[in-house]
Amino acid sequence: MLLVYCPYCKVERAETEFSCRGEAHIARPSDPSQTSDEDWVHYLYMRSNTKGIYAERWRHIHGCGRFFNAVRDTVSDNFLKFYKAGEPMPDLEALAKEAGK
Amino acid sequence: MSDLMASDLITPDAGEPPLLSINEVSILKAAPLTRLSLRLREASLKAAGSAFGVDLPVLPLSSATADKRAALWMGPDEWTLFAPENTSQSVVSDIEGKLGAEPHSLVDVSERSEAIIVSGQRAAWLLNTGIFVDFSIDTFPVGTVSRTIFHKSPVMVWRIGDEAFVVEAWVSFMDYVSGLLVQSASELSAA
Repeated sequence: MLLVYCPYCKVERAETEFSCRGEAHIARPSDPSQTSDEDWVHYLYMRSNTKGIYAERWRHIHGCGRFFNAVRDTVSDNFLKFYKAGEPMPDLEALAKEAGK
Repeated sequence: MSDLMASDLITPDAGEPPLLSINEVSILKAAPLTRLSLRLREASLKAAGSAFGVDLPVLPLSSATADKRAALWMGPDEWTLFAPENTSQSVVSDIEGKLGAEPHSLVDVSERSEAIIVSGQRAAWLLNTGIFVDFSIDTFPVGTVSRTIFHKSPVMVWRIGDEAFVVEAWVSFMDYVSGLLVQSASELSAA
């Protein structure tokens, strides 16, 4: 089982309290009616499917209910960083280096 | 037991037989009380606290109590307020009157959940049969409150004493939660 740290509750809890909601930092087009079908498809469905260091959204659904972001290594399942929603994406390469990749 | 309690609101329901009563741990149904779900922004914190009678806690997983009042931190903008049964209307009108047009949401959820009191020297052990949370007194001191998950049911756990916890679950999940706790406790009497 994964241990996930909630940056709002400031505790590490078991994965069962959380739900993972896929890739983070996907911005909704600001004007959907002006967005081409191709761009809309890209926004809705296309994900990077990264092998390695990757930022994803989590929700502490059986806790404070808040969304936050986590950087996870999809190969080892190690979490490298947790940060609140709205904070900028951390430098993934630097995090990878720090983790010794 | 009751002198250990962090809150005077949580009392065993006198009309209900204990769900479990053995040396190491007991499970009692708690008497009904008023539960309110309050969500608001930081700017309204003080006003809501003074209207309710106890300052809303801002530290994660903490609670604040006063005479016949308890405010439990649920999230950065969400609190659960406890007050005696049948006082919902006056509490709501107090808070609504004070907050006025400030954006907030105050909902009476008294009937949504039921509470049980799990107490005794093996209370933490018993809860840990279904909850993956460290209940040692250092990491989960008296007054700590947290929503979490018990087996497959969402619950709220509030530590009201060194060896006493309030466990709240939705009404329709309570038989499942208390039933599993009673069943797990049979391990204690078997030994």
